[in-house]
Amino acid sequence: MKFSVQVEVRLRPGIADPQGSTIERAVPTLGFSDIKNVRVGKSIRFEIEANDEQSARNQVEDLCGRFLTNPVIEDAFVELELMP
Amino acid sequence: MTTRVGVVVFPGSNCEQDVCEAVRQQGVQAELLWHGDSSLQQCDAIVIPGGFAYGDYLRPGAIARFSPVMGAVSQFAREGGPVVGICNGFQILTEAGLLPGALQKNRGLKFLCSEAQLRVESTNSVLTQQLDLGAVVSIPINHFEGNYTCDAQTLQQLQQEDRIVFRYVNNPNGSVDDIAGVCNEGRNVVGLMPHPERATSDLLGSSDGIAMFRSLVSSVMAG
Repeated sequence: MKFSVQVEVRLRPGIADPQGSTIERAVPTLGFSDIKNVRVGKSIRFEIEANDEQSARNQVEDLCGRFLTNPVIEDAFVELELMP
Repeated sequence: MTTRVGVVVFPGSNCEQDVCEAVRQQGVQAELLWHGDSSLQQCDAIVIPGGFAYGDYLRPGAIARFSPVMGAVSQFAREGGPVVGICNGFQILTEAGLLPGALQKNRGLKFLCSEAQLRVESTNSVLTQQLDLGAVVSIPINHFEGNYTCDAQTLQQLQQEDRIVFRYVNNPNGSVDDIAGVCNEGRNVVGLMPHPERATSDLLGSSDGIAMFRSLVSSVMAG
């Protein structure tokens, strides 16, 4: 089975996000006055082949913990989609 | 036998020649070690210099730590060999798990390139044993991701075990507890964001870095 994977890497709650803060300070100048809590992350897409969804998910989470995120400052949110 | 200090070169490293100069100033040999080789060529100490290994892709140090040379560096460190990571080298050592914590983007989101005053907080490490405890030294900083962070438990451990080797006098980047450099439990692995190799002559504005390289070399001699 082949899965399309999207990993969203977010800074963990409480970790300062200077990029997000800078964007947040800039948006009122465009007239958006109600935008709060801007956080900047990363999105990583790839494909994986595995016997089933659980096996694919386990591999992706292992990859996230060891490489795609730094667990000291980042969390990973994984989405899997079965490909035709 | 002449002491040899290995300086690791990744694609994107850019401070390796400065580190070699600083090492040679101590009257010992400096050897460039290519990241793709898994041997440390019998070097007695290792420096991972600054720069932008692998273009800092994904995160600074995230890809560099998979280079073949890093397996050898990890083993060398575990056996007690002196290892120093400067700037990007510090980031690589945290990613490799040889030092705790992580370096995130500077508070204020500015790339910082200036002189920094550091206080020597521990002289019990391979990089600081020849320094005076509490002395303030002037060493350049040059980084975007130099904001040291770690969880509360790790911070407490670093404090209790005297493993914070340098603190900024005026915190430039938001680092927790003003941390500029830390060491591992064995005190043989040290990482710092400032660049002592750029402070090795009065002509450069400061010679305060010389004593750090003297410390590193004497840690080899001591064995």
